[in-house]
Amino acid sequence: MNPNMKRLRRSMMFLNCQKPSLIKDPYVYAPDSIMLDLEDAVAEREKDAARYSLYHALQEIDYRGVERVVRINGLDTDLWKEDIRCSIAGGCDAVRIPKTETAKDVQLVEEAVLKAEKEFHVEPGRTLIMAALESARGVMNAFEICCASSRLFGIALSGGDYTKDLQTTISGTGVELMGARQHMIIAARAAGVQCFDTVFTDLNNMDGFRKDVETIHAMGFDGKSIINPRQIPIVHEIFTPKQKEIIFAEKVVREIDSKRAQGIGVFTVDGKMIDIAFYDGAKRILALARASGVYKGEL
Amino acid sequence: MDILKTAIAGTVESSDCLVTVEPGSGTIELDLDSSVMRQFGRQIRKVIFETLGRLDVSNVKITVVDKGALDCTIKARVECAVYRANEMKDNLPWGDVIV
Repeated sequence: MNPNMKRLRRSMMFLNCQKPSLIKDPYVYAPDSIMLDLEDAVAEREKDAARYSLYHALQEIDYRGVERVVRINGLDTDLWKEDIRCSIAGGCDAVRIPKTETAKDVQLVEEAVLKAEKEFHVEPGRTLIMAALESARGVMNAFEICCASSRLFGIALSGGDYTKDLQTTISGTGVELMGARQHMIIAARAAGVQCFDTVFTDLNNMDGFRKDVETIHAMGFDGKSIINPRQIPIVHEIFTPKQKEIIFAEKVVREIDSKRAQGIGVFTVDGKMIDIAFYDGAKRILALARASGVYKGEL
Repeated sequence: MDILKTAIAGTVESSDCLVTVEPGSGTIELDLDSSVMRQFGRQIRKVIFETLGRLDVSNVKITVVDKGALDCTIKARVECAVYRANEMKDNLPWGDVIV
């Protein structure tokens, strides 16, 4: 398995490839991933220009460990295949497919990625894929999309187009996204891949943004698409395990390991009933804490 | 590569440059204006000539208005203008002469 399949992706920041000032140094804001956009943010007549900028940025700018995902143009355009050639030649880490509706969409991109990897002498399998679901049909097919490719590390909700397809609008309350969010996180977990939430576009409503992030964190999402560096610290704060959680998770892991050796299945830690069902969750908190740089322990 | 028609790429926004290529009169004729000419004029000129060399362009009038673009942006804008002048958009030589 590609070692980056499960990497930390709390914040995935969109950047318009048409704008050199945006793509030259986003690492200073320390997002976990950047999504270099060739699609919606780029004007139709500048699609070619964005590719040259993308290629040279990927080749020459040291993004200091930040994952570099490229959002290609939709499969309903004549642009996406050249987008993939350019991205793979540049050495991107992953390709984001917009408007994904079926497993076949993912497989088409997978074939083009493999072809480009061979053409540009990139190790086959190095480039990962994520799929954005932007329609009712895409959300309904979430599970088959999640299972469509061994390169697919996750799915992301794209709320703008999705609500348009539902014939509603973004309200700011999240009520119109509830069904899709719940369905997608269940599908992603069933398939063993990650799940990412849509952008929050009202930059003047940071309280609303915080509530939105708290909601999706509680639902089990792995991270959120973001559009502005100001959103990064809030996402990281909410998605990074707190010291109290880390200490409790350590106790749970140690106690389960110890009690298992003694043949004891159920016991209490800090007054809470604990059994083997808590083990994976505690390990996951420690792994997330370690990846977030707040845990150096040995568990 | 020949410059078949006038083509433009880029902007005059900060960190960008505006590149115009036109059919030349037998040589490379460069008109460069940069906001950082004193510090980086020589380097910008070098990047432009190297990029044109890789693309095998030797007959062009090229005008560059630079607003503090990185080398990678200058390359990208020159390549874009040259390929636009040839109306080439697909199967580009990434990693070959675009490098």
